[in-house]
Amino acid sequence: MTVLVHQLRFEQMTFWRSREAAVFIFVFPLLLYALLGSVYGDEIDGIPAEDVLLVGLFGYGAATTAFGGLAITLVIRREAGALKRLRATPLPPPVYLLAVLLSTLTTFALQSVALLALGGLGFGASMPRNWLGFAGAVVLGVASFAGLGFGAASLIRSAEGVSAVVNVVILPMAFLSGSFGPTTDFPAALQAIADVLPLTYFLDIVYGVYLGGDSLSADPKALAIVIAWGLAGLVVALRRFGWTPRER
Amino acid sequence: MAPAIVVSDLRKSYGRIEALRGISFEVAVGEVFGLLGPNGAGKTTTVEILEGYRARDGGTASVLGHDPGTSPKALRERIGVVLQQSEPSPLLTVRETHRLFAGYYSSPRDVDEVIALVGLTEKRDARVKSLSGGQKRRLDLGVALVGNPELVFLDEPTTGFDPAARRAAWNMIRALRSLGTTILLTTHYLDEAQQLADRVAVLRDGEIVREGTPSELIGDSGVTQIRYRRDGESVVVETTEPTRALSELTTAALDAGHELEHLEVRRPTLEDVYLELVGEEPETLE
Ligand SMILES: Nc1ncnc2c1ncn2[C@@H]1O[C@H](COP(=O)(O)OP(=O)(O)OP(=O)(O)O)[C@@H](O)[C@H]1O
Ligand SMILES: [Mg+2]
Repeated sequence: MTVLVHQLRFEQMTFWRSREAAVFIFVFPLLLYALLGSVYGDEIDGIPAEDVLLVGLFGYGAATTAFGGLAITLVIRREAGALKRLRATPLPPPVYLLAVLLSTLTTFALQSVALLALGGLGFGASMPRNWLGFAGAVVLGVASFAGLGFGAASLIRSAEGVSAVVNVVILPMAFLSGSFGPTTDFPAALQAIADVLPLTYFLDIVYGVYLGGDSLSADPKALAIVIAWGLAGLVVALRRFGWTPRER
Repeated sequence: MAPAIVVSDLRKSYGRIEALRGISFEVAVGEVFGLLGPNGAGKTTTVEILEGYRARDGGTASVLGHDPGTSPKALRERIGVVLQQSEPSPLLTVRETHRLFAGYYSSPRDVDEVIALVGLTEKRDARVKSLSGGQKRRLDLGVALVGNPELVFLDEPTTGFDPAARRAAWNMIRALRSLGTTILLTTHYLDEAQQLADRVAVLRDGEIVREGTPSELIGDSGVTQIRYRRDGESVVVETTEPTRALSELTTAALDAGHELEHLEVRRPTLEDVYLELVGEEPETLE
């Protein structure tokens, strides 16, 4: 327990010291919200634009923080030999991974608060109708995308490759899933792709709790798909994750 | 006291490469044991099996009474490791890195003492990314010591050091030894093995070709070289009876009335022995 807190402290310390990560992961979603919020008119499909975008960027934030952040962190550390070095210490590997996960959750929880503050104070966005459900969505988003990030880290071989892969996956996914605005006018082929993406269903769930005041499990199909994606990533990780450098 | 490390008939293959062909050795508590050998001899393979990173294919190994194959936490509490290649987090300071690792052990050493021991006191608050290569290597060593280990594995601890840094590292390792720590180190450098190790095993193609104290390794061969020049050509005579050989040689030269130019009698250096053992002929021998 104490060693978990110890590791979590150092994880957070390292995260906030890394300017690139802090900007890319923490600031970028806020910046995009401010930008898109100024571009879109008052309503998107009859719902206030500032609310739709807030939900959209919340989902985008979950993907960058948990999927992108975790994959980048793990691959860079693995290739530097830092993960291997840890295995020679008494720190149990599950405790280490849990600390990394909790650090990601901490970062995303702070980002969610910042997004709500920016939306509420700067753009007059409404607050979540179901606060508990919204808190649950923070955890669900981190858990599912962290599973995918862990899986991706297991497949990506090099530190150079990982940020490229992460960006190539996250930006189109967020665009297709509707993080940056409505997708109703998209061609059918693109919508068909969107229909399998985890972010699409995660956003559906968040729309429900945030705007409709629904419970987190109001749409069991969406919940099941989001969880299934996270588990799929975890299964890949369990089969393929290694602690020693892949290159060399 | 039971030895710190006992290895018997240790075997390891990577596909068709036989990296270890059944090696055996023991390291006593408090001893500095050197594994010496050229690139690809199997040094890292041996060390990483003992550290618990790699699975052995055959033989037995015992490290501080534990089977390293199961890498139990109780063993990880008691060993320190310097890997051949690893980079600690660039964003933490030297002191923070030591504190981070100290937090993993149940009875760590005082962080500032360790930093002083590895000579990084002046860099205590510097970020790791600002350290030089040699300073990073010293950080690796500090981090390996912070858990207060009884046994330390050092895989090529001074590769890439300038001569002054090597000397400093040697002093650190000697200081560590005087604290009673058992050390297993690998090296390509003979002088390093000679300077630091109580006993040396020379590894070649996955086999131990010679083992003993550095002076035993030299003494073992029992050969003396007599060198001189004759008509501009250098001549080397190797003999196990130097007195007789020299007498015969000088008598013959006196009788014939010519001078043995550049006459020299010497014992082979560890370098000569080593090169011979690892199969690279030192010079053409008579
Ligand atoms: N993970 C691996 N996969 C395949 N072959 C390997 C692996 N690790 C080592 N080998 C091979 O096993 C042999 C011994 O390698 P090892 O790294 O133990 O040598 P070493 O003595 O540490 O060499 P060096 O001085 O270059 O560090 C070499 O032929 C090497 O190519
Ligand atoms: Mg090696």
